[in-house]
Amino acid sequence: MDKPLTGNFRADKEAVSLAEYERSGGYQGLRKAMLMAPAEVIELVKRSNLRGRGGAGFPTGMKWSFVPLGKDAPHPKYLVANADEMEPGTFKDRALMERDPHQLIEGMIVAAYAIEADIGYIFLRGEYECSYERLARAIAEAQASNYLGRNILGSGYNLAIHLHASAGRYICGEETALLNALEGKRAHPRTKPPFPQISGLWGKPTVVQNVETLCNVHHIVNHGTDWFRGLSRTQDGGTKLYGASGKVKRPGLWELPMGTPLREILEEHAGGMRNGLHFRGVLPGGASTDFLVEEHLDTPMDYEHVQRAGSRLGTGTMIVLDDQTCPVGMVWNLEHFFAQESCGWCTPCWSGLAWTEKILYAMEQGKGSARDLETLTFQTKFLAPGNTFCALAPGAVEPLQSALKYFADDFRRHVDEQRCPWRR
Amino acid sequence: MLTTEERREIETKLGDYPNKQAMSIESMLIVQRNRGWVSEESLRDISELLGLSVADLDGVATFYNLIRRKPVGRHVALVCDSVSCWIMGCDRVRDRLCSSLGTTLGGTTADGRFTLLPIVCLGACDHAPAVMIDGKLYEDVDERRIEEVVAQYE
Ligand SMILES: Cc1cc2nc3c(=O)[nH]c(=O)nc-3n(C[C@H](O)[C@H](O)[C@H](O)COP(=O)(O)O)c2cc1C
Ligand code: SF4
Ligand code: FES
Repeated sequence: MDKPLTGNFRADKEAVSLAEYERSGGYQGLRKAMLMAPAEVIELVKRSNLRGRGGAGFPTGMKWSFVPLGKDAPHPKYLVANADEMEPGTFKDRALMERDPHQLIEGMIVAAYAIEADIGYIFLRGEYECSYERLARAIAEAQASNYLGRNILGSGYNLAIHLHASAGRYICGEETALLNALEGKRAHPRTKPPFPQISGLWGKPTVVQNVETLCNVHHIVNHGTDWFRGLSRTQDGGTKLYGASGKVKRPGLWELPMGTPLREILEEHAGGMRNGLHFRGVLPGGASTDFLVEEHLDTPMDYEHVQRAGSRLGTGTMIVLDDQTCPVGMVWNLEHFFAQESCGWCTPCWSGLAWTEKILYAMEQGKGSARDLETLTFQTKFLAPGNTFCALAPGAVEPLQSALKYFADDFRRHVDEQRCPWRR
Repeated sequence: MLTTEERREIETKLGDYPNKQAMSIESMLIVQRNRGWVSEESLRDISELLGLSVADLDGVATFYNLIRRKPVGRHVALVCDSVSCWIMGCDRVRDRLCSSLGTTLGGTTADGRFTLLPIVCLGACDHAPAVMIDGKLYEDVDERRIEEVVAQYE
């Protein structure tokens, strides 16, 4: 099976060198792209059915097609790699950047070429120091080999890529908040419209794209849309980095065909549950997704199918809940994170999430009441999409609303017994 | 006073952006990398260099988790307390760290050797629990291993 994203990964976890990268076909996608018109590259990516891997799954080619092209377009235009990765349970972009940094660089150059961008930024999570060093080296190497900089490969196209370390807030990953963070401001989200593709960084057209998304782009140009769509088991093109953490036998990260069923990932790749433990549920795509339970194990993991099962593919890195771990405690931990990371811009979110967290904490401490259960349910509606300024709050209540549904007995036992039944 | 190197590093990085404001956060991180934290004095120096008010910089500094406005110990240990690490027992690792170092989460040891801080998911969830010390990531730690790790730091 083709593994375009991780096929070059070295067993010793060192970064793939430029020479190794080139030997495996690296920068061939860029060479091909340079022979095409930017609009043709956009068209190709559109036809490939590549959807954004940052969580929302928006079609990538379509996003690019909103950027003004041609000689009347405003400049400079920007491409930003969203490498913030602060969502708990998510650990895929770090692997891509540390282990094959040139792949991200090449993907960025091709994407930037397609939207005729002049400057690229990698907005990198501050704690990812290893990624920073390896990307910095890769950028310098790419520059020295004329893949980057002025007159790239003699094409007349110029591009600079800069690394920007974030100072840490989950909201920085939200694309418009990220723009404010890059501009050196507090990372509050911006109103849309205008969309960043029209007015982004410093008011200029900007595309913000997830790391894994960008890592696919040059492969599509190099091998074509049929190849890319053929990698998938379903409608959504390509492979996907899936991960599993929690008490499975072999937690890890795997590149598999898009649409690989949940059961196959958890049983074959993650090795099933640890001895003596049973599966109770899973957050399929990071902390801001709804739980799936046993009845969903045959769901093909792509955008459509996971949505039909009542959740989101999100980042594709799953957090597994076993039968010896308290679901209320787990949800408390999640809401603690979201409450702490609320940017405070709008009241329902900063006040609602803090309230939610307090209730869950009290419940875990054996101080929950029946009314609290009503309040929690009320919060999930109060913080649903459309009621807050950005998607942080709706994402925050996804695990809560599904836990209230699937683990209702566990919540009730906390209240009835005035203790956490898992704590001995 | 900013050191010559700090000043040079900030000025070099300024070339990556169309204006000086964009360097507000990164300048503080540069100073912090050298000194462990951002003092009032450093803030004033940066504000002069970038032409921003101290209040502007402070407004930004207080927003971000990684900018520290208080001194820290010689080493900083970040203990992930997010969901995968929680499932895998990060509470026990934290408690052991606190008791063996004799401080609390958020605190610094009396001899100034360690500051212990909580951190959100370090992107190592498949090797939880995870701890980061001075930027170096330690995966699959447990109570025993964390003692060995910490012992390496003077
Ligand atoms: C609170 C919040 C945090 C986010 N964090 C990230 C992140 O760390 N990385 C990421 O790629 N997308 C993140 N997103 C999604 C981005 O807003 C955006 O949709 C994405 O970067 C677009 O890239 P894609 O189309 O390639 O998926 C976040 C969204 C929200 C609401
Ligand atoms: S929903 Fe939360 S994170 Fe988003 S703008 Fe409102 S307060 Fe900020
Ligand atoms: S939850 Fe601790 S590293 Fe991800």
